[in-house]
Amino acid sequence: MQLNRLQQLFAKKQHHILNIYFTAGFPSLNDTESIILSLARAGVDLIEVGIPYSDPLADGPTIQQSGQKAIENGMTLSVLFEQLKIIRPQVEVPLVLMGYFNQVMQYGEKAFIEKCAEIGIDGLILPDLPLLEYETYYKNLVEEAGICINFLITPQTSEKRIRKVDELTNGFIYMVSNSSITGAKSEISEKQLTYFNYINEMNLTNPRLIGFGISNHETFKTACKYAQGAIIGSAFIKMLEHSDDLGEDINQFVKMIRGQNQN
Amino acid sequence: MADIARKNTLSRTTSSYQVDDSGYYGEFGGAFIPEMLHPNVEELRNTYLDMMEEPNFKKEFNALLKDYVGRPTPLYFAKRLSEHYNAKIYLKREDLCHTGAHKINNTIGQILVAKRLGKKRIIAETGAGQHGVATATVCALMGIECVVYMGEVDIARQAPNVSRMKMLGAEVRPATSGSRTLKDATNEAIRDWINNPENTHYIIGSVVGPHPYPDMVARFQSVISEECIWQLEAAENRSYPDIVMACVGGGSNAAGMYYHYLDHPEVRLIAVEAAGLGVDSGESAATSVLGTKGIIHGSRTLLMQTPDGQIVEPYSISAGLDYPGIGPLHAHLISTKRAEAISITDDDALTAAFFLSRIEGIIPALETAHAFAALKYMDYRSTDVILINLSGRGDKDLDTYIKYLDRYAK
Ligand SMILES: Cc1ncc(COP(=O)(O)O)c(C=O)c1O
Repeated sequence: MQLNRLQQLFAKKQHHILNIYFTAGFPSLNDTESIILSLARAGVDLIEVGIPYSDPLADGPTIQQSGQKAIENGMTLSVLFEQLKIIRPQVEVPLVLMGYFNQVMQYGEKAFIEKCAEIGIDGLILPDLPLLEYETYYKNLVEEAGICINFLITPQTSEKRIRKVDELTNGFIYMVSNSSITGAKSEISEKQLTYFNYINEMNLTNPRLIGFGISNHETFKTACKYAQGAIIGSAFIKMLEHSDDLGEDINQFVKMIRGQNQN
Repeated sequence: MADIARKNTLSRTTSSYQVDDSGYYGEFGGAFIPEMLHPNVEELRNTYLDMMEEPNFKKEFNALLKDYVGRPTPLYFAKRLSEHYNAKIYLKREDLCHTGAHKINNTIGQILVAKRLGKKRIIAETGAGQHGVATATVCALMGIECVVYMGEVDIARQAPNVSRMKMLGAEVRPATSGSRTLKDATNEAIRDWINNPENTHYIIGSVVGPHPYPDMVARFQSVISEECIWQLEAAENRSYPDIVMACVGGGSNAAGMYYHYLDHPEVRLIAVEAAGLGVDSGESAATSVLGTKGIIHGSRTLLMQTPDGQIVEPYSISAGLDYPGIGPLHAHLISTKRAEAISITDDDALTAAFFLSRIEGIIPALETAHAFAALKYMDYRSTDVILINLSGRGDKDLDTYIKYLDRYAK
């Protein structure tokens, strides 16, 4: 089967992969397009589009509040699909959808997967979809649609389960950096480095991106030493919250993360 | 609606109303949780049944229920209420438990589980504050640190219980997101557990959450119907009533009340939920009517949500019933018609609370009052034996009752 954009990315790039998360519909309902286009122009490697949810159990206050605002702004899964349909042909960057499984259920699991394939969504992150449910009911559908599923592991995930995650994942493994909900932190601890090393030595077949608490050039650089790249969410959303020039601020933000600032 | 067929396997278990090996009641249940929670939930799943079966565990649990909680609670024949409604009505007096509600049956069980798992810190969510108080109590009893999450709205309307928790040494943390009630307190407790995966046990207060919680909590509460069987035998020379009734927030007092009757189809099960200002008012918590299939707090069940899958903020005057979902067991019982659901408004519940106080000298919790209000909407025969779970006492609701005294006390 032909590789999708996400798989092509990992085939040609194994270092310093930057994945930026944002909540669709925040700060304003129709910012999705300018955020994705600006991120693509600034050279991020992939973009994770969050479907806003009323009760995001794995998320800290920053993402919770952006989701609340996005829902108030009128964002729904159907609206988001309409927006992405228009955006997709304009950029080549891989697009990954992140959302809680209840929203997928209400849309209809099969309809959701078909719609993603039709639009050209490359990957999915569904943090509360159990591995066994996925394997039993959805794996074939997702793989046949040419979509990558990306499962999470944490410092508490057992080795046996990590192997299972590696077997079911066909995009990247989302390495949660420490035991926590999402939220920007300013540094990475010794204990986390031990965990990163341990995973490195497992020789997993899928690439790994480290997320949760990556917020600046320092933490990005450290994460990139231990994995193919990193994921930034809350720090980016905090920036959006205070931005009055999305295009310029997004460009600056990506430069800051990459360590390409003038000063 | 789910468009993927789900197989309905039942093995090992003998009853079709018990949870199956994969954590489902029919099509409801399971464990839809982020990976961060998986190790803790998996540990519980692998150990809870063996732990609960272990003789020392049973001994310790039963001794605490007897000497500390004050069990067995009476099954009281309510003579004047029976005359009024023209049936034989018995009240299961869970209001006489230590701390004033059935909630402590579960917290005693779970604190013993936490101890065996070597956990040093307890978290809980609470709506009415009864589960929070029951958790703070067992933590004091065992000398374990306790943090209780409670919605800001509930902190205001259940003030006496907030003070009780503090006096018992618990920290009460306000949940400030969403509707600032039980659902949001549960979200915050789950997030705390994600942040503290190693030293903390989460004592869920009802038959909700990911498997194995609904089954574990139901088993701890099943002591209620276990006692009813021999108590009714003594009183009426029959083990099985015609009807059992309970209010349903998440559904723990109802699960305990139904447990030993589940496989006796001749016993009618009545689940009473909160209609708030009315089922169609937009201010309601009547999940069986307004709910559709979805996922809340890690469980596939019935819940109130928008067509887009955003969870709707419920409303009820009663903090303990102000929840947009029901436990998966109840979703299964109601959708297979094993249980009948009745929705009761704030107004009917208040009327019933004042009526029970005057006719039997028992001031019930607002949650419990909903169960009594359902009597006037039911069909039954004058010979029917009806058991009502009097799940809690009304001390915590006195501020609310005082506010309505002029209107309802006749
Ligand atoms: C006295 C009483 N009854 C009932 C409930 C509702 O909970 P459940 O449906 O789990 O029994 C509560 C919850 O706070 C309560 O305090």
